[in-house]
Amino acid sequence: MRLLSTKATCNSHGQDSSYFLGWQEYEKNPYDEILNPKGIIQMGLAENQLSFDLLESWLAKNPDVSGFKRDGKSILRELALFQDYHGLSSFKEAMVDFMAEIRGNRVTFDPDHMVLTAGSTSANETLMFCLAEKGDAFLLPTPYYPGFDRDLKWRTGVEIVPIHCSSDNNFQITESALEQAYEEAQNLNLNVKGILVTNPSNPLGTTLSLEELNLLVDFISGHKNMHLISDEIYSGTVFNSPGFVSVMEVLNNRFSDADEAIWDRVHVVYSLSKDLGLPGFRVGCIYSENDTVVAAATKMSSFGLVSSQTQYLLSAMLEDKKFTRKYLVENQKRLRRRQKMLVSGLEKSGIKCLESNAGLFCWVDMRHLLKSNTFEAEMDLWKRIVYDVKLNISPGSSCHCSEPGWFRVCFANMSEQTLKLAMKRLKSFVAELSSSSDNGDNKAHQSKRKSLTKWVFRLSSRDHRQRDQEER
Amino acid sequence: MGHQRLLSKIATNDKHGENSPYFDGWKAYDRNPFHPTKNPQGVIQMGLAENQLCFDLIEEWIRNNSKASICTPEGVHLFRDIANFQDYHGLPQFRKGVANFMSKARGGRVKYDPERILMSGGATGANELIMFCLADPADAFMVPTPYYPAFVRDLGWRTGVQLIPVHCDSSNNFKITREALEEAYREAKQNNINVKGLIITNPSNPLGTTLDKETLKSLVRFINEKNIHLVCDEIYAATAFTTPRFVSISEVMLEMECKKELIHIIYSLSKDMGLPGFRVGIVYSYNDDVVSCGRKMSSFGLVSSQTQHFLASLLSDEDFIDRYLEISKRRLAKRHSFFTKGLETVNIACLPSNSGLFCWMNLRRLLKEKTFEGEMKLWRVIINEVKLNVSPGSSFNCSEPGWFRVCFANMDDETVEVALKRIRAFVGRETNNGKRVELKRWKSINTNKLRLSFNSRRFDENVMSPHSPMPHSPLVRAT
Repeated sequence: MRLLSTKATCNSHGQDSSYFLGWQEYEKNPYDEILNPKGIIQMGLAENQLSFDLLESWLAKNPDVSGFKRDGKSILRELALFQDYHGLSSFKEAMVDFMAEIRGNRVTFDPDHMVLTAGSTSANETLMFCLAEKGDAFLLPTPYYPGFDRDLKWRTGVEIVPIHCSSDNNFQITESALEQAYEEAQNLNLNVKGILVTNPSNPLGTTLSLEELNLLVDFISGHKNMHLISDEIYSGTVFNSPGFVSVMEVLNNRFSDADEAIWDRVHVVYSLSKDLGLPGFRVGCIYSENDTVVAAATKMSSFGLVSSQTQYLLSAMLEDKKFTRKYLVENQKRLRRRQKMLVSGLEKSGIKCLESNAGLFCWVDMRHLLKSNTFEAEMDLWKRIVYDVKLNISPGSSCHCSEPGWFRVCFANMSEQTLKLAMKRLKSFVAELSSSSDNGDNKAHQSKRKSLTKWVFRLSSRDHRQRDQEER
Repeated sequence: MGHQRLLSKIATNDKHGENSPYFDGWKAYDRNPFHPTKNPQGVIQMGLAENQLCFDLIEEWIRNNSKASICTPEGVHLFRDIANFQDYHGLPQFRKGVANFMSKARGGRVKYDPERILMSGGATGANELIMFCLADPADAFMVPTPYYPAFVRDLGWRTGVQLIPVHCDSSNNFKITREALEEAYREAKQNNINVKGLIITNPSNPLGTTLDKETLKSLVRFINEKNIHLVCDEIYAATAFTTPRFVSISEVMLEMECKKELIHIIYSLSKDMGLPGFRVGIVYSYNDDVVSCGRKMSSFGLVSSQTQHFLASLLSDEDFIDRYLEISKRRLAKRHSFFTKGLETVNIACLPSNSGLFCWMNLRRLLKEKTFEGEMKLWRVIINEVKLNVSPGSSFNCSEPGWFRVCFANMDDETVEVALKRIRAFVGRETNNGKRVELKRWKSINTNKLRLSFNSRRFDENVMSPHSPMPHSPLVRAT
């Protein structure tokens, strides 16, 4: 009899993928301005480190929140004992207001329909447990966040079938791609329970168009028992037009409240990890108008409740509407500026990006730098960028992109100087590439490639420490 | 039905256990919660295994250690690093602190390796996680009765694992016997059920007793022979307040031949430190593969980095921890003694116990019929007449009717007095009249209505007071 479970011994957690292996290399040789200026710069981490000062100054102005106090009195006992899976109501109220604010108050949310979870990692898994089971599948547009393979499939037994998107139309979701994915699922004998989209998209950095949203809503309307999950974790990072349109707005505009048939099948996932830059606090949520889903998900949230002290801290912070308004505006401004810096830096190297208006990263087109239009060539290029250029970026294949040559490059998790240095390194690399191909001098490249292959061999053995940064 | 296909089976079955009839007790409490001045006739909550005896110690520590918070001027310089920290390995100082605390709770007799410490969403999350690592759907784990009701949800709901009860009874103070283990195992085999392991809670909930070394050794021998896992939920480790002293499975492992890779510990700070709101669950496994896989799974329930940082500070204060453990023990012993002696004055015996936050009370002689119906009837009288929310043994899957778990550490001294007074009055009535006090009142309550729908329980902050425990959602109150 097998000692451990099937789940423990398979690799559906997806952590053997290159996406996570890049981490490892970074860890061995991390860049530090002073201590290790030649180290690898981390550009594979979709963290928002641009606005901590705003949070810190709020804390300085609100000393009561620290030290477990309210109005000068200790509330340790209250917080220490609070484990109600319905969550702190003041926190949920503050969350729904914050979410509404992000959507320009064009939609409102009911705190009773919100379920708090330990990060959106937990929210997404919990939704899968509620909506699907083994033998079922969810359709996801590619490219998508690598962590979905673990979050949606690993312990739930649910499958993911890709909706292939291409650069031909800027990776937008088309009806034919949807139909094709649906058909593929049928061929695999999988029952399609729904579609999951990330809006704004990771890794594309773009918001879904109204057209795409309507297409998705139409599609699930037309199929019985099909759900639509909209992971809106990056909703507060939209820094340019076109603005962000939540699926909830689309439903609001097209359907009446009484149209249970559709309201029961659309669910939103959110988190404070990206907008507020607080991934460590593990604050996620599911929002659904389906009472049964809310009831089931609430019970399931027992497996990953949000720490009461964290709920308390954030309820105080988010209740401060002056602060949240200011924060959202300033944060977006900084993101916009930073994105511009990356885009122009890449341009100087002759590298283009998908035009983006959101997120903490750009979807970078390096197809012209590939030796061939293959994923092997993409891997080769990626290894060179990690090892020679010393930048950890994420190859498109790890995001299940159907065309080789695309990379996700993050811009909000480092200082301006570091970003500038990264661009400098890239520029030299590209210059070197074009000069060496001019000279037809391949020897150096070949020997480098050989040692890289050995390196890959070593990497793929499993007795190294793998670190998962939970990031998107 | 429409919903059946719209949602998953898991979402629509009731393996979450919340439709159990014993949630009636919570309902009664919620409708009419005791308060010493505002509602002295209300229902006293004695079904909540919380440790409320030592908050003053922690509050004092907080006052003197403002750097432990990342929000204070003294601690805010760490805010961004901590807020950004989502590594599933957890903060090294936090793991070290937990390992150290676990060791101290075992009198320093064992040492724990911080590298083997995995985080999870409370012990609730930890128990589910270990099942996902060790068993496949339809596999089974053996569990001695009586056991914590929420095991049904934690171990089996989303995992698909089934529970096989190992029956224990009062003839030998509910000790786990080799015979009982063999019988449960044999029956499972006969029914073609694949047994993957045995899970025990030590100290026991609801018994309040610790397992003796001999029993622990026999369990290890049993799992070694059958080549199945042993999961030890030691969540009440530091609540052991008197002899015999608590013996952890880790100690036993030092003294005998065993397959380490089969042994795993579940822990939490919810009981020993009274911090269930902070959601600190720990899985400690001696199996490297489980550590590796479990660590990845912990992504689904990491401990808030704010909380990790706070606890790293608290738990590394050796003097404070030593003092805390000693005082906590003393206060628990005192409360336990006060309560049990109070019961003795009306000839109510509890199972002799040395740990936990509750007593296992023997009310068998008060049963009209020595059946589980009899137990339920008595239970409803206790809730509705005596106005105490206690937990009937049947909710713990106890094989004999008449036992009740009564919590004593989630209230102040005065409330304990009131509870004892009511019990004495009730028992007195029962004994003096020689027959049941006629329950005209409770008969009018439709006692056959068992379904409950807890659609929106709101946490009502106004109800909170230092005296009355907080209202909780039904399932988390099932602890």
